[in-house]
Amino acid sequence: MPIVSRGFHGRKPDPGRKLPPGQYETFDFPVLSAGPTPRVSRDDWTFTVTTESGTRHQWDWGRLMALPAEHPTVDLHCVTKWSKFDTHWEGVSLDVLLEDVETEAEFALVHSYGGYTTNLPLEDLLDGKAWIAYRYDGEELAAEHGGPARLLVPHLYLWKSAKWVSGIQLMLEDEPGFWESAGYHEYGDPWREQRYQGD
Amino acid sequence: MARAAVSGRLAARLRWQAAALVERREESPTARTLVFDLPGWAGHLPGQHVDVRLTAEDGYSTQRSYSIASAPDADRVELTVQRVPDGEVSPYLADDLRVGDAVEIRGPVGGWFVWRPEQAEPVLLVAGGSGVVPLMSMIRVRDMIGSRVPFRLLYSVRDPADRLYGPELDRGAPGLDTTWVYTRGTPDGWTRPAGRLTPDDLVRWGWPADFEPTCYVCGPTGFVEAAAGMLVALGHHPDRIRTERFGPSGG
Amino acid sequence: MDPTGGTAADGVQDAYQDGNVLAGPLSEIFAVDLTAAMSRCAHCDSTGAVATLRVYGRPPALVARCPSCGEVVLRIVRSPTNTWLDLRGTVTLNIPMDTR
Ligand SMILES: Cc1cc2nc3c(=O)[nH]c(=O)nc-3n(C[C@H](O)[C@H](O)[C@H](O)COP(=O)(O)OP(=O)(O)OC[C@H]3O[C@@H](n4cnc5c(N)ncnc54)[C@H](O)[C@@H]3O)c2cc1C
Repeated sequence: MPIVSRGFHGRKPDPGRKLPPGQYETFDFPVLSAGPTPRVSRDDWTFTVTTESGTRHQWDWGRLMALPAEHPTVDLHCVTKWSKFDTHWEGVSLDVLLEDVETEAEFALVHSYGGYTTNLPLEDLLDGKAWIAYRYDGEELAAEHGGPARLLVPHLYLWKSAKWVSGIQLMLEDEPGFWESAGYHEYGDPWREQRYQGD
Repeated sequence: MARAAVSGRLAARLRWQAAALVERREESPTARTLVFDLPGWAGHLPGQHVDVRLTAEDGYSTQRSYSIASAPDADRVELTVQRVPDGEVSPYLADDLRVGDAVEIRGPVGGWFVWRPEQAEPVLLVAGGSGVVPLMSMIRVRDMIGSRVPFRLLYSVRDPADRLYGPELDRGAPGLDTTWVYTRGTPDGWTRPAGRLTPDDLVRWGWPADFEPTCYVCGPTGFVEAAAGMLVALGHHPDRIRTERFGPSGG
Repeated sequence: MDPTGGTAADGVQDAYQDGNVLAGPLSEIFAVDLTAAMSRCAHCDSTGAVATLRVYGRPPALVARCPSCGEVVLRIVRSPTNTWLDLRGTVTLNIPMDTR
């Protein structure tokens, strides 16, 4: 058993809401990174969906902005144990982006500027569960938080919500992403506390 | 004691060990030295650090690294913690942890950013803010063992109030030269105007590169990056520049 | 506040520590100190002490990148029951042994 340090609370207040197991509420928005923050200008930004047959569907910033926006309010759960309730985002649903994409794929590997990747079942990106988000709390998404645009899949641990998203590769076979190949759980459901492989 | 310094524990797998706070000293308005009781402490090399783990009553736990400030002393280890505004751990350690309270400590660790008493070459110490902590341990061990290896310390702080170990460094020691670099506000009558560390400071107060000193550079990441870059530009071989980056704010 | 006189804006690209910080996590696994070992980057072939890698993240997950090319050299993930040590970005580790 670890020694309890009296009066140490970390940064968190008492949760007023139900938290996934092992999580603690925070009011901050901690920044965790696996590398330097990529600086991508909106002019240079593109988002590419590649199917299993190699067909590419690409959006630049202007085309993304022309698509209908949604304003999801969601809870975030980070594997490092903080959760943040009621965060406000603006972005385009992946249902819209994937609408005209012909695919038999069951899996997706998400790619980011800077080389980060994360994998998830394609169905977890559909049916109103995922967005390409570009505004947070009414402001343009800051680079530290993944701007110009990040994936937002709030029903999974936050490492799945790839910052600085650059594309999605659709695949017939699953392939582990950056953290999934180094011990993190392949699916990452916070309510089942799937933090590490074997959880 | 000298033996303890030399035989710092580098070859055993480490476990977390409970450590009670026995004393707290104010080093500056924002920094405290914390003295922990660590029964069975096997000594350390100056420059090594420990990991400190804090666990809350509900099980939440987090850890940070802190350099050892003291020279080896049986059952006692001193850390100096600079409070980072809004930091999760440093304000708690600096202000809230009370004498008698316990944390968990793992260490000593690190075999790279260390000064070994058998090193004979001159030493240049370059510190930014709380980056002076592991360098102070080197200075104290040098003193403790009566080493005559020449040391030069360039220590950058914002203003005089931010100095750590001011009285001890002002007292000095034979063969140790200390130069203060103030970046925002200087003491009255100070000839060097306030400003960040420059290559000229390193030329004036450091060692020429052809003396082949070992350079230890420690502090916030940006400071270390800048200072180490200047040393390389002045001809110091990268292999003789050892760095320790505390992180973006880094205390 | 940065006592050395930096500004908050400096922090954005400085959000890393160096390989020294791996000493504790690695000491749970290895009996010798690995931060003084020389590692060779699988991507650009440069060598340097593990202590000089750039370390991003916080325990339980740390990513160490090559200071020359920025590619991942080593990763550590620590769960309550296991440690994953990923060395695919490392060609060799040359470890000084304590011969005393
Ligand atoms: C080997 C080593 C030795 C150290 N020795 C000392 C010492 O002797 N004395 C001392 O005062 N400090 C030392 N530090 C720094 C210390 O470990 C903590 O980083 C510092 O106390 C801040 O912790 P915190 O929990 O208060 O702040 P945090 O809550 O961690 O952070 C406060 C702010 O700084 C940012 N930040 C700080 N560090 C990082 C990081 N690594 N990555 C991303 N963001 C970061 C946060 O985003 C936040 O904005 C050392 C660090 C290392 C690696």
